[in-house]
Amino acid sequence: MGTAWNVYDANKMSSGAMYGKTLAELAAKDPRIVGVTADLAKSTNIGLLGEAFPDRLFNVGIAEQNLFGVAAGLAKVGFIPFASTFAIFACLRGGEQVRTDCAYQKLPVKVIATHGGVSFGAAGSTHHCIEDFAIMRAIPNMTVVIPADAYETASAIKACIDVPGPFYLRVGRGMEPLLHNSEDEYEFKIGKAMQLKDGNDVTIISCGVPTRDALIAGEMLEEQGVSAQVINMHTLKPIDAEAIVEAAVKTRRIVTVEEHNIIGGLGDAVASVLAQSGKRCILTKIGIPDEFGPIGKPEDLYAKYKLSSQGIMETVMELMGKEIEEDDWSDED
Amino acid sequence: MPNNVSIDELKAKAKELRLNIAQTTFNATSGHVGGSMSSADMLIALYFKYLNVDPKNPDWDERDRFIMSKGHCALAYVPCLAMRGYLDLNEVMKNFNKTESAYGMHPDSKKIRGCDASTGSLGHGLPMGVGMALGLRLKNIDSKVVVMTGDGECQEGSNWEAAMSAAHFKLKNLIWIIDRNHLEIDGETEKVMALEPLDKKVEAFGFKVLKCNGNDMADADKALAAAWATEGPVCIISDTVKGYGIKSFEGKPTSHYCSFGANEDELKVYLDEIKARG
Repeated sequence: MGTAWNVYDANKMSSGAMYGKTLAELAAKDPRIVGVTADLAKSTNIGLLGEAFPDRLFNVGIAEQNLFGVAAGLAKVGFIPFASTFAIFACLRGGEQVRTDCAYQKLPVKVIATHGGVSFGAAGSTHHCIEDFAIMRAIPNMTVVIPADAYETASAIKACIDVPGPFYLRVGRGMEPLLHNSEDEYEFKIGKAMQLKDGNDVTIISCGVPTRDALIAGEMLEEQGVSAQVINMHTLKPIDAEAIVEAAVKTRRIVTVEEHNIIGGLGDAVASVLAQSGKRCILTKIGIPDEFGPIGKPEDLYAKYKLSSQGIMETVMELMGKEIEEDDWSDED
Repeated sequence: MPNNVSIDELKAKAKELRLNIAQTTFNATSGHVGGSMSSADMLIALYFKYLNVDPKNPDWDERDRFIMSKGHCALAYVPCLAMRGYLDLNEVMKNFNKTESAYGMHPDSKKIRGCDASTGSLGHGLPMGVGMALGLRLKNIDSKVVVMTGDGECQEGSNWEAAMSAAHFKLKNLIWIIDRNHLEIDGETEKVMALEPLDKKVEAFGFKVLKCNGNDMADADKALAAAWATEGPVCIISDTVKGYGIKSFEGKPTSHYCSFGANEDELKVYLDEIKARG
């Protein structure tokens, strides 16, 4: 059993639709904005830009190498191109163009990748993408943002205009439930972690779609007598190291939650900060355990990989039972 | 509009570029000589006659764009930019491939004045050229976008993705020059992975195709004049000889990456041969 997703009006509020709508609104004010897609105008919702401004959306057909090369060329002559395809094709099929044409030349190409993680469930591993955080983090000049819902997607799309270089944003298939009720209820700043809930016993650091479940898990933990802090790490790069170290010192226990291979993503980014900080902390990473997942409804896959609120809650309880080896460091000072 | 430069002046410049390639290679100990020598005449014709550019204002919005998609031939391209006035030629020749130099084996647009795109990985230039041409049209700028690829480079599928889109988008200002020197690292293109009938393939993708002897300045000039006057997308298949200018290099796969002698005396023999050629 996974999270029930049908209580929301997916058509109005999906991350994808919010992306297209926000982009078209921005484009009305900013003539530098153009779009490029590879036969996924509808699926990624970048088509909404084309409906508003037909001459500013270029569909290159099913050709992802050309997609990002063309985006780089448009950036070279002064535009801010938004290039959209499925995450797996952005990272791997056109990945070298993203790296060499866009990132190496530090061009303001905004790679807006949809259908990330296992959100395209039944499509199977050819269309899942559990490698993008690792790939994009490792590309110099790249900023990587994984919004938690449609509202954050809108916030990130607005914010990325001012990022001078290349930008990678990943959303799911776009039918995921919302974390927030409006853009007004939070402050979104690229590179700045967002605390969703305070707590003293453990910190759950999440990004992307499972963040809503992380928050629900945090509330469930209260009922079990565990005070959980929940942090929304929407920006994977540059990562908010300060927030991570603060969490380590405050709670000594951290669980990371990501719809990504446990290798190379949020968990490893957090681990790297922790190891270099010298602070005592125990970490558990929730994610896809380095395997190509089965087909299935995304909510079922979330449950399988403990990305559901229940799975996150159980994982945290396991971690609470673990001993943290005492040492004589006095890093609290 | 092309500049008014005579064929003899262009030929003299091409000879000068070949001498600079030799000297630069010698200073760097080795380099991608073969493709640089084969494409030298076309580069000179472009930069000294056809491309509407201003070295004093390299980011001028209305300039023509040029992408050296066969980026390993920075050995010809960057000295050519220097000769055109973008860079200090002596500095380029002295520092090519040196540690922390701006001038490496493949051109870096972030570091080289006048370089419109970073290249090196093959098959990237034409897609970027398509993007530039689309963007310039959207800005109502009527400039040309010229992309030079190698012939072996045409084996990269991304070129054909881009070619298909150039025709689809009716990019009338896009010019694709293929330096058809018949060789790639592992040997003859037709033996490694056959390209022919290249003209028919490019034509089938929606380009008007022109052909010339790319090592004969008068013929190269004629093709470029025709390309400039033709509503594109247009492709020039520039038939050339790899290593052109040095008999012992010509048509040899080994000239792809080689040196110009182990000492000044050996270099001088090469320089004298270039000077003596017609």
